[in-house]
Amino acid sequence: MASNKKYWKSEAELNPNDSIVETLRQNEFASEIPVDQFLGDKETLSATNTNRRDFLKYVGFSTAAASLAACEGPVIKSIPYVVQPDRIVPGVANYYATTIANGFDFASILVKTREGRPIKVENNTAAKVGGNANARVQASVLSLYDSTRLQGPMVNGEPIDWQAMDDAIKASLNALKVSGKQIVLLTQTYASPSTSRLVDEFTAQYGNVKHVTYDAISEDAALSAFEARYGERALPDYDFEKAEVIVSIGADFLSDWQGGGYDGGYSKGRIPKNGKMSRHVQFESNMSLTGANADKRVMVTPSQQMITLANLYAKLNGTSAGGELPENVQRAIDNVIVQIRSNPKGAVVVTGIDDVNAQAVVLAINEMLGSNAFDPKAPKYVRQGNDKAVNALIADMNSGNVGAMIMDGVNPMFSLPKAAEFAEGLKQVGLSVLFTTNYNETAEAVQYTAAANHYLESWGDLQIKKGHYSLAQPTIRQLFDTRQLQTSLLKWMGSDKSYYEFIKETWTTNVLNGSDWNQALQDGVFVPANEMMASMTESAIADPVVMAVRGDKEKQVESTNGEPEPVSAISIDSAVRSLANASIAGMELTLYPKVGMGDGQQASNPWLQEFPDPITRVSWDNYLTVSKTDAEKLGLINTHAANGGLDGSYAKLTVNGIILGNVPVVIQPGQAAGSMGLALGYGRKVGMKAEMQTGVNAYPLYQNFKSVQEVTVEKATGMHEFACIQLHQTLMGRGDIIKETNLEIFNTRDHSEWNIVPQVSLNHQEVPATTVDLWDSFDRSVGHHFNMSIDLNACTGCGACVIACHAENNVPVVGKLEVRKSRDMHWLRIDRYYSSEESFEDDDLKKEGFDGLWGEKGSLDGFRQLEHPANNPQVAFQPVMCQHCNHAPCETVCPVAATSHSRQGQNHMAYNRCVGTRYCANNCPYKVRRFNWFLYNNNDEFDFHMNNDLGKMVINPDVNVRSRGVMEKCSMCIQSTQKTILDAKRDGRVIKDGEFQTACSSACSNGAIVFGDVNDTESKVAALKESERMYHLLEHVGTKPNVFYHVQVRNTNEA
Amino acid sequence: MKKVLNRDQFPKVLGISVLVFLFSTLLLSAQEVGQTLVAVPTTEQATASTGGDVDKGKSLFNQNCAACHKLNDKATGPALAKIESRLADEGLDREWIYAWVKNSAGVIKSGDSYAAKLYAEYNNTAMTAFPTLSNGDIDNILAYTAAEPATPVVSAATIETIAAEPTSGISNNTILGALALVFALLVFMLFSVNKTLRRVMEANGVDLVKEHPKSVPIWRAFAKNQFLILVTAILLLLASGYFVYGWMMQVGVDQGYAPIQPIHYSHKVHAGANKIECKYCHSSARVSKHSGIPSLNVCMNCHKSINEYTGGPEGPSQEDLANGYTNEFYTNEIKKLYQAVGWDETNQKYTGESQPVEWVRIHNLPDFAYFNHSQHVSVAGIECQTCHGPVEEMEIMYQYSPLTMGWCINCHRETNIKVEGNEYYEKIHAELSKKYGVENLTAAQMGGLECGKCHY
Repeated sequence: MASNKKYWKSEAELNPNDSIVETLRQNEFASEIPVDQFLGDKETLSATNTNRRDFLKYVGFSTAAASLAACEGPVIKSIPYVVQPDRIVPGVANYYATTIANGFDFASILVKTREGRPIKVENNTAAKVGGNANARVQASVLSLYDSTRLQGPMVNGEPIDWQAMDDAIKASLNALKVSGKQIVLLTQTYASPSTSRLVDEFTAQYGNVKHVTYDAISEDAALSAFEARYGERALPDYDFEKAEVIVSIGADFLSDWQGGGYDGGYSKGRIPKNGKMSRHVQFESNMSLTGANADKRVMVTPSQQMITLANLYAKLNGTSAGGELPENVQRAIDNVIVQIRSNPKGAVVVTGIDDVNAQAVVLAINEMLGSNAFDPKAPKYVRQGNDKAVNALIADMNSGNVGAMIMDGVNPMFSLPKAAEFAEGLKQVGLSVLFTTNYNETAEAVQYTAAANHYLESWGDLQIKKGHYSLAQPTIRQLFDTRQLQTSLLKWMGSDKSYYEFIKETWTTNVLNGSDWNQALQDGVFVPANEMMASMTESAIADPVVMAVRGDKEKQVESTNGEPEPVSAISIDSAVRSLANASIAGMELTLYPKVGMGDGQQASNPWLQEFPDPITRVSWDNYLTVSKTDAEKLGLINTHAANGGLDGSYAKLTVNGIILGNVPVVIQPGQAAGSMGLALGYGRKVGMKAEMQTGVNAYPLYQNFKSVQEVTVEKATGMHEFACIQLHQTLMGRGDIIKETNLEIFNTRDHSEWNIVPQVSLNHQEVPATTVDLWDSFDRSVGHHFNMSIDLNACTGCGACVIACHAENNVPVVGKLEVRKSRDMHWLRIDRYYSSEESFEDDDLKKEGFDGLWGEKGSLDGFRQLEHPANNPQVAFQPVMCQHCNHAPCETVCPVAATSHSRQGQNHMAYNRCVGTRYCANNCPYKVRRFNWFLYNNNDEFDFHMNNDLGKMVINPDVNVRSRGVMEKCSMCIQSTQKTILDAKRDGRVIKDGEFQTACSSACSNGAIVFGDVNDTESKVAALKESERMYHLLEHVGTKPNVFYHVQVRNTNEA
Repeated sequence: MKKVLNRDQFPKVLGISVLVFLFSTLLLSAQEVGQTLVAVPTTEQATASTGGDVDKGKSLFNQNCAACHKLNDKATGPALAKIESRLADEGLDREWIYAWVKNSAGVIKSGDSYAAKLYAEYNNTAMTAFPTLSNGDIDNILAYTAAEPATPVVSAATIETIAAEPTSGISNNTILGALALVFALLVFMLFSVNKTLRRVMEANGVDLVKEHPKSVPIWRAFAKNQFLILVTAILLLLASGYFVYGWMMQVGVDQGYAPIQPIHYSHKVHAGANKIECKYCHSSARVSKHSGIPSLNVCMNCHKSINEYTGGPEGPSQEDLANGYTNEFYTNEIKKLYQAVGWDETNQKYTGESQPVEWVRIHNLPDFAYFNHSQHVSVAGIECQTCHGPVEEMEIMYQYSPLTMGWCINCHRETNIKVEGNEYYEKIHAELSKKYGVENLTAAQMGGLECGKCHY
């Protein structure tokens, strides 16, 4: 029986007069389909007599024409130079020594140029100080080719030419000279003798000029403490190679603490030699790179750090300072005291506490110990920022005292906590000029935006440390209509000198002392003969240039401040007392610079954005690091999404009334409960491509330039999608990946006990896995046989090699979404492992002790526990690239023989032969093969440097740019080994040890990665292969890799 | 890309054999004419001398002066034809010339007004002093500059000589011609024999019975036999497959590619006639992966003084003339160079307005193949011609080798590495040759076939 029920789809249908219902009854869609949009003008479309058949004809014809045309190659033009420069030979690289000094990173470097284009940054091994290029310096060459760079000067957002701008500025400056209003130079730290002299001359000409140095991330406390004690505004230098006991209280000296650059010396002291290595104890709250490398890491909150330091000082003097500390911290301090007492000269204490008292106490301790590693006589000048002067400047601006403001290398509207106040003040300044390479937050607020040179286009000089000078020379002509500040100052002073001539003048009169200018320029670094003598006899000679200049600056600061700075010595006793009384009631937030991003000035650099943080392994983001206990209290979670991505809760932070919403959260093992961490430098928006606008800006929380702030945290709604490339956190007791032992066992037992070779069963007998093989071995004793040695003791996980590899091998950037899907293209990754128990050793023991499935020792529960890192885990870093197995599993499964082995030990990958089956990647036990899921160049979906002509200038012409559907991996820099061989053949000589280098080995200033020919028995790598600490990754698989590692040894001697 | 296939040799051969036939008789007499022609100018020059030896003067001029001076044109220095009589108009005698040549700077310093004027006119560049030239030498040079230049007499007879010359002696072409003649004769004879026989047959009354048995036409028999059709079809498919494959394999192989270049640069003139060493211009081939297209300043090293093409003493060949390669044509190409490099010929100055030349690249190796010139040129000592063919004979440069991977590999398999005097190879060569049991290792045995050596 049929039903009479009437079905209705929506309430509207009940109303018979509803127009929509009526239309829907007539048509399928309520509104007309917008065919016009894709078929163009309707009239012309109906007017044409193209019918379906014609259309098919056209399609057919154009397909045929296209396929015919494809048979013919394009006409390629070759355009030679009209006048070829003498030094450029097409196809041959030139190297220039220069210097980076961008206010945050200071280093002497070599720049590799091809046909006049800088393409790679390398370490300047001739430099005794500052010759290490970190990840950011390695990546800085890409910032030169940033397509968002300013291409010319602007006035109020409109383009202007330099002449007009110069005239206007000169007129204003001259007017100010008459009116007597202040002219302010607000700049980055230069540490440049010539710039100091230039500013003096500028001051002399215009009068009433004030030079304020501003560091986005301030080291004012350390500078002030040093000044109070030694009379010079500088930073003490440390040589950790000479230190046997290193005690660090919150100092992340392996990354950017006090200007950084300490990792090279540190690593040298970490390699056990003659049974000895340094002992490193770290008291810290955030899990830092330095803490991860420490032998003993003690979790303390920032306020406890102060009490720890006070106690350390008091106990070294046999007194007591008071203050409450947990028992384990007390015990750790007591142990440290014993170790320091036994070898006071070999000990060094450093601290990152952002407090003048703390810094003063540390100086006192080191002086008291007579530490060999501590050098206050030849201090470093890489940070000069003065918080008081900046604050005074903002006050001056708001009171209308400032007539002109010239800024260079700074972005105060982004990085100043008081940006709003600064903006208000800027409105009262008659003339505001900003020198910047990129359009940024401050450029929006100023009148004149002067497009500045990149450092690779500029002249410059630097005194990184007293008596250690370096020169910067341009390696390419300005790409755009840009000019550096110094040249402009000279112009505005009416001088016809170029800045080059000015530098040369400074150097001939003040620095060179008769030495050859050209030689200094070629070396990039210069140490005066008397300085070398001085450093040997340890009697420092005051540097005339810098002393004079610095003195002037101080005077100005004082006069404008109105309140003279107390340069008198800080009383250590009262300092200790105030430290011991430190306490913060609530949660403590530590703001820190991330290894990949620093202070944020290279935020539009895709290499650095995609660089995974060494600790959290998260790229393209900054985040709040929270301890597990606090996370549970606040309800913050981290989850793993189905596609392999990491998700995290959002949190809302409130510091002193300032609210920062939607900060993603990462639960960080080793974060001291009661403390949190957040990286500065992210969250740039203005002038950046949409893809590059990542993270949140933490600078507004950087109140009063203090890196530790009291914070209240609330959970916010929603989950953040991270791009994290390593989700597994622990090794789960698999001790054969990272082999570890401690110094005592290493010194006393046979290596078969601590460097255990895995056993396999052969004919029902347990034999070492290295002796069993499915395959016949090739004879590799003839010619070169390349091996790479990676010392886990020397590797700090800094990541310079990752970026160097990127630059050398044209590794594409894939973007946040792809990284999240584990499609990152890094040929070289640095795995980070946490231990699940107190140490990796305990993990192994626990796993060995499993008995049955259930119960107390059951493996079901046991493995589940092993998945989670300990509260304060041990951390290990392991760089992994293609292991170039002699018996490579990838080679046997390739259906088209695209990957094959060479006699020289390299596993070759012929991209043009690859058909993209990805069998090789599946069969690789090390997971080092990377697949091109997309075309990453000339593709708008991946709008990074390979999508524009400018960015492509960084590409290494000797290495192929891979296409879609092709597998790629580390080639052991075959282009560079082949070049070395060819050079030797051409010269008709034998290759010396050390000539063979890969991008990673030459970037590693820590000496962790050593590359060479093991058939050369004299070579360093051959000796390293014979070391007792040598082991191969996953030896039991029998792949016989050509990359080997060295067992990590920790100095766990507690007393 | 336009391809020029290897030209068919047949018409050329035919043409030349006809030429042989026509001119072989004229050969002897023509040579005599040529000799007499050469003799004429010498007598003329000898008579034109003014107290110096013109021949000696010519060689001295070419050795010492020609780098900066020309007879009839301004170059780095002024034109020198009839210089003595022109100086005499200025009131300067031969003594002044002696002084000037031996030490021009001295004359300028002495405050001589004409010398100062000259110095200023030529961009304040003093002439190189020639203290080694004796007064006699200078007399000879002056005699040469004063002599009427010999105008090359180009008669039809000389052209014939040149055309005929390569065929002197019994060449293949002659033999071929003779054979063709014999063949034609044979055909004619066969034809006539057949005709005669028929005539005889008719005369004897023999009737040629033509019997056509009724049979199935062959195509129908073929169509009925299905097996045969199948086999034929398979064969046809295989054959077409073979040719299609062959055709596909030459896609992207541009052997013989000879594009038209913006400046008609003749390797035949430079590397062939003037014997300029390849690596003089392509200097980076010694040290770099690129052989490099020479920058225009390299061209100007010579072309600063060579501003016109004069060709050989015999003038352009008929073939050249047929292609339009006259002296004026080449001179025009030199002017194109001046235009590009921004050289002001009249003032002997660079104007600074340059226009880089956009050459069409001939040898296009794909990006995924790494090739290094210095490895082959400097280390292996391979002649450029091994891969690039007889460049010194190429009027228009073309791609001589296929540049395919098979071609590379083949050479690597066949070529021994050059170890002599190269310390790098000493140890490895000794060990490897012992291992392989050979005396000389090929590039392949050294590892020259490994994928990663060329693909990375």
